[in-house]
Amino acid sequence: MPPPAMHCPRLALGLGFCLLLGIALCSLWVYVENWLLVSYIPYYLPCPEIFNMKLQYKEEPSQPVAQSQYPQPKLLEQKPTELLTLTPWLAPIVSEGTFNAELLHHIYQPLNLTIGLTAFAVGNRYTHFVQHFLESAERFFMQGYRVHYYIFTHDPQAIPRVPLGPGRHLSVIPVPGPSQWEEASMRRMEAISVHIATRAHREVDYLFCLDVDMAFRNPWGPETLGDLVAAIHPGYFTVPRHQFPYERRPVSTAFVADGEGDFYYGGAVFGGRVARVYEFTRGCHMGILADKANGIMAAWQEESHLNRRFLSHKPSKVLSPEYLWDDRKPQPPSLKLIRFSTLNKDTAWLRS
Amino acid sequence: RSAFFMAQLSHPYMTTGKTIALTRRTSVGKVMSLLLNMLSGLVITFLPRMDVLVMTPWFAPIIWDGTFDSAILDAQFRDTTIGLTVFAIKKYVVFLRLFLETAEKYFMVGHKVTYYVFTDRPADVPQIALRAGRQVVVLHVGSYRRWQDISMHRMEMISNFSRQRFLHEVDYLVCLDVDMKFSDHVGVEILAPLFGTLHPGFYAADRQSFTYERRPLSRAYIPRDEGDFYYAGGFFGGSVPEVYRLTTACHQAMTADQAQGIEAVWHDESHLNRYLLSHKPSKVLSPEYLWDERMLQRPPLLRKLRYVAVPKNHGEIRNR
Repeated sequence: MPPPAMHCPRLALGLGFCLLLGIALCSLWVYVENWLLVSYIPYYLPCPEIFNMKLQYKEEPSQPVAQSQYPQPKLLEQKPTELLTLTPWLAPIVSEGTFNAELLHHIYQPLNLTIGLTAFAVGNRYTHFVQHFLESAERFFMQGYRVHYYIFTHDPQAIPRVPLGPGRHLSVIPVPGPSQWEEASMRRMEAISVHIATRAHREVDYLFCLDVDMAFRNPWGPETLGDLVAAIHPGYFTVPRHQFPYERRPVSTAFVADGEGDFYYGGAVFGGRVARVYEFTRGCHMGILADKANGIMAAWQEESHLNRRFLSHKPSKVLSPEYLWDDRKPQPPSLKLIRFSTLNKDTAWLRS
Repeated sequence: RSAFFMAQLSHPYMTTGKTIALTRRTSVGKVMSLLLNMLSGLVITFLPRMDVLVMTPWFAPIIWDGTFDSAILDAQFRDTTIGLTVFAIKKYVVFLRLFLETAEKYFMVGHKVTYYVFTDRPADVPQIALRAGRQVVVLHVGSYRRWQDISMHRMEMISNFSRQRFLHEVDYLVCLDVDMKFSDHVGVEILAPLFGTLHPGFYAADRQSFTYERRPLSRAYIPRDEGDFYYAGGFFGGSVPEVYRLTTACHQAMTADQAQGIEAVWHDESHLNRYLLSHKPSKVLSPEYLWDERMLQRPPLLRKLRYVAVPKNHGEIRNR
């Protein structure tokens, strides 16, 4: 009996042809798939030169404090404040009553510091917050120091001319307009780090990055200055850490596991020495990019990445919710002086 | 409410907090602090010290047991090298063995340490078994006839060696007296650009009674209505550049005083206090970090004694 194949040479030929075709299609698919992934890389990857930018900083010697009269610090008296005043890693938590403003002024005034302030007015609804933001800043932010406002906007024409005090300047930084609200709030870290590398490191000593849809209500002074400064989110300072709205999906670079966390920090306020803010915003931006490459967006966008980073690179100073308050909440007795808070707005209306 | 409290107890920060909550507080105090937590809003998972000041008005933490978490701090200071300066001039070499042996047990364990032993008798420096990453560097220096001069010239020697050597070898300098021993953990919680230690005899005293130099002629002069704390001359430090600035300033001030024919009442300690009044330290160490059990009754607010005086016969040990 001859073998079955000999009976049907066409069948064998057909099978061989199918096999070859299958192999050809597979290799074509592998090639195309690689090509497809390449084309998915986000369009706003930074240029390689940004990675090589090194900022040169001189170590600044501490200046002596001029003679000043103030009460002796009392070691054995209980402080009449209910808020925690020191984190477990020995960073001060700033609130009214923990510091002597006059003494701090004596320490910081002679240093001739320039404090930068960034705010993003991207999107048509945000530009009209700038007026009130700047007017309140002129009243309360770093009085007596040199200040440089950096307003990032897609529409420089819409930024009002607000009268500024002596030693205070404003620069408008044009940025591309947003396609979506989330997209706009994800680009800030990149914009700030590029801005520092190209310009701000020469112009300011400290830099604060604030949300623009807010206003100053009371003095915000040198008590907030530190190497790396974070602010506690007003919605979560009474809440145990497992209820913090961290990003909980392990695939994200902003992931925080259930047993971890110090405080939930607000994305609307952070700052510090300009070199530290540069490292911080760059680190957050890298995390955001990695997530985008994996097709994931963190639960609270930049705020999630900010919290992830502050967990590993702990702030050297923490601002109490006096420095980042939500006016819709009733003020608790533990917060004596609200200094910076929201303007009431409907976020849904803003996103349209 | 008890369930809420139990949840807090399982928090890792509560390892020290637990001691505070369970042993120190009355039940009324516990309930009160819990209510205060819930009402005022800030969930304190790391119970603070309520009996002492933990932060100065210029934001320098005051380091007491219970105020810090060593695990976090050790991670933050992972790659840090600490230099320790100690002076064993003339007969003071006898203190070195106990000093170094207890330092090996308690000082900056787990970190890189270089002991800089300044002595006029290098042959008398004992050989001590050292942990990994730690070394002893013996610096041969001259001595002075009077013990006051030996004490004061420490500033000059630290200043010189800071510029020549320490700047390239270590990140922080801790400048200590030799006639002492370590009796409990002294770690990276003390490290800061500039730190001083509260003198055990004056931590509760009024600034009027601090033994500052009170004669206006001296460069160490501090008026009666000024002063934050009385800092001890036997435990100070900071980053190498800051210690260099401090020791240089003190040495220059002492030289100027000498030209005027005046010597500050407590020598280098007076000048240290003058400097730390104008250049506020970024951390202040509580008297846990410098104590003398024979001279002082230990109060309840001192939970640990970390660095304590060793008995010595003043007449015999000085000027020999």
